[in-house]
Amino acid sequence: MVGSILFYLFAGFAIACAAAMVWQKNPLYSAIALIGVFISLSLIYLTLAAPFIAVAQILVYAGAIMVLVVFVIMLLNLGDDDKSRKQRLGYLYGVGGGLGVILFLQTLFIFYAVLKSPAATNVSDKTSGRTISIGQTLFTQYLLPVEIVGVLLLMAIIGGVILSRRLDQPEIERLVEKELEIRKEEEKLEEPRISF
Amino acid sequence: MESALKTAFPFIVYLVAVLLAFQGVLMIVAYTVLAERKVLGWIQGRVGPNRVGPWGLLQPFADLLKFIFKEDLVPDKSTKFVYFLAPLVALTASLMPIVVYPFGPRIADPLGWLVPYVSGYGAFGEVVAWIAEQARNMPLTIARIDVGVLYVLSITSVGVYGVALAGWASNSKYSLMGGLRSSAQMISYELAMGAAVIGPVLLAGTLDLNGIILAQINSPFRWYIIPQFIAFVVFLISAFAETNRVPFDLPEAETELVAGFHTEYSALKFALFFMAEYVNMFTVSVMCTVLFLGGWYIPGLGRIFAPGSIPYAVISHFGFIAKVCFFLFLYIWVRGTLPRFRFDQLMNFGWKFLLPVAIANVVLTIIVVYFLSL
Repeated sequence: MVGSILFYLFAGFAIACAAAMVWQKNPLYSAIALIGVFISLSLIYLTLAAPFIAVAQILVYAGAIMVLVVFVIMLLNLGDDDKSRKQRLGYLYGVGGGLGVILFLQTLFIFYAVLKSPAATNVSDKTSGRTISIGQTLFTQYLLPVEIVGVLLLMAIIGGVILSRRLDQPEIERLVEKELEIRKEEEKLEEPRISF
Repeated sequence: MESALKTAFPFIVYLVAVLLAFQGVLMIVAYTVLAERKVLGWIQGRVGPNRVGPWGLLQPFADLLKFIFKEDLVPDKSTKFVYFLAPLVALTASLMPIVVYPFGPRIADPLGWLVPYVSGYGAFGEVVAWIAEQARNMPLTIARIDVGVLYVLSITSVGVYGVALAGWASNSKYSLMGGLRSSAQMISYELAMGAAVIGPVLLAGTLDLNGIILAQINSPFRWYIIPQFIAFVVFLISAFAETNRVPFDLPEAETELVAGFHTEYSALKFALFFMAEYVNMFTVSVMCTVLFLGGWYIPGLGRIFAPGSIPYAVISHFGFIAKVCFFLFLYIWVRGTLPRFRFDQLMNFGWKFLLPVAIANVVLTIIVVYFLSL
């Protein structure tokens, strides 16, 4: 009883936050709403007796990724969305509507499949969802995917370092310098001559 | 009626426990502020606050009253919703870790001594006996969750939003710069802090705070500060940076940024930020105590009192509070002693020194733990 009340509470909060994220014009409000979605999702994980996933959700998404997103929004100081874009992006209403219909059908199918299938057997293993069982499965049964993801993340880190630091790459540096020179000359040409 | 009361009983106990723990922590925090002013005064050859009450002991309450009765100014061009949200986020995120603090060891039978006295009073005696039965093996922790260390780290990482959003919403240059500096600093030092925490967790083999204390008691060193001294130093330094305290108090470097992210906040909203900072200090002190100083464990106490008895639990609890207060004193001591870092020095120190040292410590610990477990 308490479990289902909590579920509806957190699920409702998650959906409300998701809707707010889409509706808000201000990007920072959208980001705050997305943080709300992450936190309510992690609360749902907690009610499902998966504390590790719940905490990892907050630690990774709310604590790290969204902080960077908020950081970027603050640095760029984006204002409200201007009206002219509405005309330009009109076709997106159709695309979004189509995707929404597909999502709705998928949900119906999941409900249908769940109702059709026999009742799920209760998981008797008390340790499932705890840190130790997650660690053991990750490093025995799913070792290869974990390693692949690790290599992928390492590649992403190296890529990020290379993109942000071009000091050790003379070719890129030369390209950038050339580009800067061209821009400077263009600016000189466009500069209005002030004469008294 | 009786069964309903029996169902409600655990919730009532949790409610009382939460109120007690929050009240206790907030009182310690209030007196940390007074202690800070006193100790800073002594370090600088002054007397410190001594007018409100005997020896200045009522100063925290006078400060609180002042905060409540001050005019609450809201900047005209601020983003109102976020401006109001930010202090709430900061304080909530700093208070939430309290529920997993291991305040003391388990008490085997806390109320058993009461039962013989009240057994002659009919229904009342039965109720007391039932409650005493329920209270057996009472832990001095509100919620003993499996991932206590990660929980504390994740909740404190959410606290960055309070600072960042406050800086953004105030619509002031100083606030924005303070907020950006602070969030950059907290993100950077979170990494070193997390890497330092891995050392003790590896040795203990659990993420549960009480489990880490028990593992320390069973280890040959008793306190993890001996095998994990590098991690301890890294953790302590990044704890200072995480809580924006001297020598890393760049978000509120008054010569450059007025008061940083809370420049535009006044009255009770400023008090919320102020409280959040001191509660955060308390949190990292608790983490330091639990991870490196054996939490509530006092070596040799088990020989005098039986573990699980009431005096053992009470003395252990006060030992825990004393260790936490030592770290709080360390904060004040450092504040009275060291000058402030420059921002580039802070970033270089965090990324180029602390993080590599912490990662090297993790690798070393992994190798040692692996060969010990062979």
